[in-house]
Amino acid sequence: MSAPSKATYVRQRRLFGADARVAFLYLIPAFAVMAIITFYPLLYQVWMSFTDFQTQNLRSGAPAPPWIWFGNYINILTNNIAGIPNYDFLRILAFNLFWAFSNVIIHVCLGVAIALLLNQKGLIGRSIYRAIFVLPVVIPPIIVATVWRNIFDTNNGAINYLIAIILRQPPGSVQIAWLTDPGNPIWFFPLLPLSYFALLTANVWLGWPLNAVVATGALQSIPQDLYEAVEIDGGGAWTKFRVVTLTYLRPAMLPFAIYGFVITFNLFYLSYFMSGGGPFGRTELLVTEAYRLVNEQHLYGIAAAFSVIMFLILLVLTIITNRLTRATASYVD
Amino acid sequence: MTGGTQVIARAAARPVVAKRRRRFIRGLRKQALMQALCILVTITVLFPIVYVFGLALDPRNIARPDGLNLIPPNPSFAAFERAIANPSPNPITFVQLALNSLQLALSTSLVSVAFGVSAAYAFSRLKFKLRSVLMIAVLAVLMLPSVATIAPLFVLLNSVKVGDFILRDSIPGVALALISGALPFAIWNLKGYLDTIPKDLEEAATIDGCTRNQAFRYVILPLAMPALAVTAFLGFVAGWTDFYFSWMFLDHPQNFTLTMALYGMVGTYANTTPWSTLSAFAILVSLPVSVVYLIFQRWIIGGLAIGGVKG
Repeated sequence: MSAPSKATYVRQRRLFGADARVAFLYLIPAFAVMAIITFYPLLYQVWMSFTDFQTQNLRSGAPAPPWIWFGNYINILTNNIAGIPNYDFLRILAFNLFWAFSNVIIHVCLGVAIALLLNQKGLIGRSIYRAIFVLPVVIPPIIVATVWRNIFDTNNGAINYLIAIILRQPPGSVQIAWLTDPGNPIWFFPLLPLSYFALLTANVWLGWPLNAVVATGALQSIPQDLYEAVEIDGGGAWTKFRVVTLTYLRPAMLPFAIYGFVITFNLFYLSYFMSGGGPFGRTELLVTEAYRLVNEQHLYGIAAAFSVIMFLILLVLTIITNRLTRATASYVD
Repeated sequence: MTGGTQVIARAAARPVVAKRRRRFIRGLRKQALMQALCILVTITVLFPIVYVFGLALDPRNIARPDGLNLIPPNPSFAAFERAIANPSPNPITFVQLALNSLQLALSTSLVSVAFGVSAAYAFSRLKFKLRSVLMIAVLAVLMLPSVATIAPLFVLLNSVKVGDFILRDSIPGVALALISGALPFAIWNLKGYLDTIPKDLEEAATIDGCTRNQAFRYVILPLAMPALAVTAFLGFVAGWTDFYFSWMFLDHPQNFTLTMALYGMVGTYANTTPWSTLSAFAILVSLPVSVVYLIFQRWIIGGLAIGGVKG
């Protein structure tokens, strides 16, 4: 009795006993690299955020930048940054949150709807449609942003030409300034300029297909007899959808929606390439503002503080969304 | 008499036929509706793609499109020739731009996967004291968009100077900045995959006399090949399509990348670039990664669903 179990024990020890030492060896390469180029820069960033680090401090042998405590943080939060026109921290944050929420809601709803459509029995050409609908996923966002920038151009953009065709006007007669018009299309909601809707269009095009792929995976895991069971109980199409389909979709879609939220919240390319943050910085996101601070203004200290604030905001968002997932998960189970 | 029975039989069959026909018509109507919706979605998906190809293949060398010519008559590759011959106002050729982008992409990809897989193995299989602390450290980095570490990376890489060489103003410097974000992603992505490989396989290998290192090399690595390929590809895409690090770090035109030349065509200095050239250039930049992505999308998307978050 004891012999085999002892042999197992020895084997187990050989396998798992010296784990700490082995793990150390396996971790060293990656963590040595990350210590130098990931963790040290992050700590350095925190130090920078308390200093007035500017271009003159970059030269070798330059004096250390002056320590100004929370000066950068206060200037960021009280909108006291020289050089960036139309800078308003709370407006950028509010727009950024609305941007991410509105996008993800549309992406998920469209993705699920189209996945349901493609999952209908007897649909002719299903695999062709699937192949076409995945195309937006495979094109790099920087290219997508470049192309959509031209589509929404005021003078020569495809959308304005298309509207002219629909209105039976000569080409060039419709000149809607999609990306630069300063007005508010929704008068009671001044947060959103016309360029928000242009960005939204491009990002919906970019975003729903991946949601549809995830939803399709979830739909295919639904056992068909559940639908039959609902049918026997006299449930109609709506009951089937609510009771069976949604129950199976939720655990797959919710984590993915959170993933999409973070991706969209930090989506650099559309804002930077399409609208350039305009008009008047109203479609600026936190990431593009952080980039402008360092790339255009060379305000290294302020940019560092801005990134620390961004990190804290993302941390809070992650904690909230994690709570949400757990709350809904317990509801499902 | 026989005529009478036929009439009766026909009368009995009529409701069945009618029912079948009604069902057929209902199915046809449903199919038509579904096809209409699918075609509508197809049009919206294909519109920007057809548009950009239409612009790029337009044979007239005009600065801006004068209408919506989705399918231009007499298409030609002249715009592609122009994009390759003269991609940038800076003294750099298309081949040099592509080679710089390729260097960035390959180094980001190879370093992050090679270093990432061993760390991922430790996180997935080994028990040690600091395990959860280190994993949270990796996750916390993943949460940050890579733009958010650009200021300290710029300052630190700028301080590495040997004679005239500044690490910040070089392809290896930009690659390091990219790896700082790609490596944590690779660790997280690969750990997710390694967790799905059954432990019994390694135990069996150990019974056959394998050491831990041999089990890793001969059992885990071959099994993890799909995930390694996907992670390497995503690292490649990150390097190939990087814009903000290259644009900020690189001063010398001989180091410039494809995406920088692309931004030069879109940005404020681009009033002189014809859209046909820009479109052709965009297609040339996108094509290598898009084709690979399209071929392997099933594995890549599956891997993404397991993996982490990095924008």
